[in-house]
Amino acid sequence: MSTKRGRRKMLVILVLFGVAVATVLGLSAFEENLLYFYSPTQVKAGEAPKTRAFRVGGLVVKGSVVRASDTLNVQFVLTDNTESMPVSYSGILPDLFREGQGIVAMGTMNVAGQFVASEVLAKHDENYMPPEVAAALKATEDKAKQVGSANTNTL
Amino acid sequence: MFRAIWAWIQKFSSPKYFFEMSARLIPWFAIPAALVGAYGLYLGLFVAPTDYQQGESYRIIFIHVPAAWMSLFIYVVMAVSAAIGLIWQIRLADMIAAASAPIGASFTFLALVTGSLWGKPMWGTYWVWDARLTSELILLFLYFGYMALQSAIEDQRTADKASGLLAIVGVVNIPIIHYSVEWWNTLHQGATVAKLDKPSIDISMLIPLLLMALAFKLFYAAVVLVRARNEVLLRDRSRRWVRELIEKL
Amino acid sequence: MSGTEFNWSTFFAMGGYAVFVWTSYGLTAVILALNVILPLRQRKHIIRRVKRAVRREQLRAENKQVTL
Repeated sequence: MSTKRGRRKMLVILVLFGVAVATVLGLSAFEENLLYFYSPTQVKAGEAPKTRAFRVGGLVVKGSVVRASDTLNVQFVLTDNTESMPVSYSGILPDLFREGQGIVAMGTMNVAGQFVASEVLAKHDENYMPPEVAAALKATEDKAKQVGSANTNTL
Repeated sequence: MFRAIWAWIQKFSSPKYFFEMSARLIPWFAIPAALVGAYGLYLGLFVAPTDYQQGESYRIIFIHVPAAWMSLFIYVVMAVSAAIGLIWQIRLADMIAAASAPIGASFTFLALVTGSLWGKPMWGTYWVWDARLTSELILLFLYFGYMALQSAIEDQRTADKASGLLAIVGVVNIPIIHYSVEWWNTLHQGATVAKLDKPSIDISMLIPLLLMALAFKLFYAAVVLVRARNEVLLRDRSRRWVRELIEKL
Repeated sequence: MSGTEFNWSTFFAMGGYAVFVWTSYGLTAVILALNVILPLRQRKHIIRRVKRAVRREQLRAENKQVTL
């Protein structure tokens, strides 16, 4: 009976210890990833770590993706609509990687000022709709843009 | 007045009364859960259109998001019940809390694994340590901690106090999970449905999503009653009414 | 899936994401089933346990009467 009770006491202590360790680990992971990725603007401002690997997040500039014909090498420009930076990557890209899409890349800056990524993850938005709706939305958006630019032209 | 309310609460929260009532309540949750779930599945898998970006893979949303919502909802139910049990010494509340924990843990696990299976083809990874995923993992540990304390401490009252305290303290994690996608840069995208703006999901996809969420809620209501009834039998096993009842079962 | 005729093999293929989608749905089915089966089994277990305890107590009471 007493050994059973002793074992239970041990178990309680172990559980509390486990929860404490999990919390500490979680919090330190939080601390490290509080800012899960940096934006190109932050990188330009020198806020990103220079010696170790970090993550950058942004949009893939339309028309900037250059794929090598014989290897898995890809080059593209990443932007946050303020600053942009060139990125090179060698490997398989996620299905959602496309021009204009948000991505998060892990890697380091090389001396030439290019971000050499070891991992590229796609970040998708919170919008869900059928392709027809997306096409219709885009069409109205383009129209609005045209009207907008026409207005600015007349000014 | 206050006395009358207290007497009323005492009557309705007596384990015996609950045991009799819940038997009648369970089918009223279980049957709608099955019907709503079947219709939600049909709409989600057969009727809802393909997503413009994610193709067919987005169909994981119909279980991932309701499971994630349940993981938070059940935790809040558990913590509130534990607080009621702790403050007003209502034993039924402690039983509801104890009955909720394993169900909540299973939905949290489901949310994490389905999210991982969705992340691999879309993001390109099964797991990242971003704020959303990390805080949801901590939620799973909170459930495990609650369950471990419940089973490890022999004296039921002490067990309820210790695990209840853990559940209440753990509530801070709930807003962190919800707002993690706004407070920090995360790989996980922002809220789709739960925001002041209108939901950024097509109505043909939103309806099956909400139906599945409702089905999961009804399912929880049914199984938490089954589990809470077990808690009544177990905790009141030396009381006369339980013994007389069990002889008939 | 709209517009074209319904086809089971394209349905199961899930646009190439079959592994991810069906593993998710399969796991959900398993977890929901466990959430039903486990408490029902626990209920049977509790009932058996309480019945045994009652019987043991009755036996002890009878023995006491015999020794008296």
